[in-house]
Formats: sequence, structure tokens, C-alpha cells
Amino acid sequence: MPVEVRLPTLLRPAAGGAPSATVDGSTVGEVLHSLEVVHPGLAGQLLTDDGALHRFVNVYLNDDDVRYLDRLDTAVTNGDVLSILPAVAGGAQ
Amino acid sequence: MASRLVLTALQLDEVVAHCLRAFPEEGCGLLAGDPSTGKVLRVFPTANASRSSRVYTVDPRDLLRADRESEAAGMVILGVFHSHTHTDPYPSPTDVDQAPDPGWHYVLVSLRDELASLRSYRIAGGAVTEETVAVEG
Repeated sequence: MPVEVRLPTLLRPAAGGAPSATVDGSTVGEVLHSLEVVHPGLAGQLLTDDGALHRFVNVYLNDDDVRYLDRLDTAVTNGDVLSILPAVAGGAQ
Repeated sequence: MASRLVLTALQLDEVVAHCLRAFPEEGCGLLAGDPSTGKVLRVFPTANASRSSRVYTVDPRDLLRADRESEAAGMVILGVFHSHTHTDPYPSPTDVDQAPDPGWHYVLVSLRDELASLRSYRIAGGAVTEETVAVEG
């Protein structure tokens, strides 16, 4: 089912400059896989070699961080919006 | 033109006040505005999800809210501020490693001394360049 994926500024060049993409999938992982098919190289920046979500990336299903749901197995339904943002972190350590 | 960050005296106070409130933990927040001029139009104080005096993580929910609200207002996130409670207002190796966006302004507030000090930097490809902070209005 179609899901809108909102892309952060940094990833827009990999999507031809578009701020979002609409792709199919029934889980967050499937949606990201579809995104990779449409825009090769994009999902590679979001996932580790093991296929897990990169720790420097936040993916939200509507208002919720998918890390607090079922991560890549989180189910999505028609009309859901997936937002991708870079994690913002640092510190004196 | 050399890179600069422009904010009002009130916004500057808002940034420093949030860092003081977060003390002894590191305080953090996002700055939204106009990327072509570096002018801050809105300060978003955020929770430090790391709850630490040595590291910070902008709370993911606060990040999403700031991103949506700034986009709805026709602004973009320009950068991030955070405090160093016991060290210089200069990006640490952690800050440089984790800097998400070379287009952002990275504002550091040091609370080491009695008077807070604030500096702003660009971080691109591991290189740190200090920029001018202009207080206007």
C-alpha cells in the first residue's frame, strides 16, 4: 500500500531533489526497500550492513519513532507518513 | 560572504537560558530560520534524551515537532545549539563525528565560567570553521 516518505534535506539529492517519495510496502522495512528500488543508494544511507536501522538516523511512523515500535517490522497502512530525519547528537565527551 | 549566524538578543538569551535550565546536564535545541542569510527566526529548546552532562541527543520527538513546525512556517532548521558544562565552547571530536549536516550552524555554549560564552561553527567533512555571530535587534 502506498506510503509517503518525507526525506531530510541531506537525502533529497539522492531522490532527484524531491522532498518526499510515495512508495509501497506493508512494513517500515518494506517501504525502505521500495525506496531503494525507486532511488538506488538512498536506503543504503539509512541501514547498516546488517540491514538494521543506522543509529544516526531517526525514522518516524506518523508521530512515533519506530525504535519504540517494532523498528523495521512496524506495520504501515494506507495514508501513513514515514518521516526520516538525521539524529542530532554530540557532546563534550 | 563569510559565514555568519544572525540572531536577536532575545533569541541569544533564550538559548543561554535553556542551557542554564538544563545544567548540570548538557542543554540542546534547534534553530530555525532563513538559510540564505543565516538569520534565526525561531529557537526550539529541546530535551536532551541522553540526560547527561557529557553528551547530548536532541529528543527525537522534539526534533520531528521542530522540523514540522518550521516547515509549516516556511523556515528550515538552520542548526543546533548545545552546552558544554565544563569545557570550551568549541566542537569536541564527538560533535565533529556526529555533525549531521554540513549546511548547518553548530552553536556551542560554554557554562564553564561565571559568564556563559557562545560561539558558532560550520562543520564539514571533519573540518571546523568558526563563524561570526551577529546580534541584531
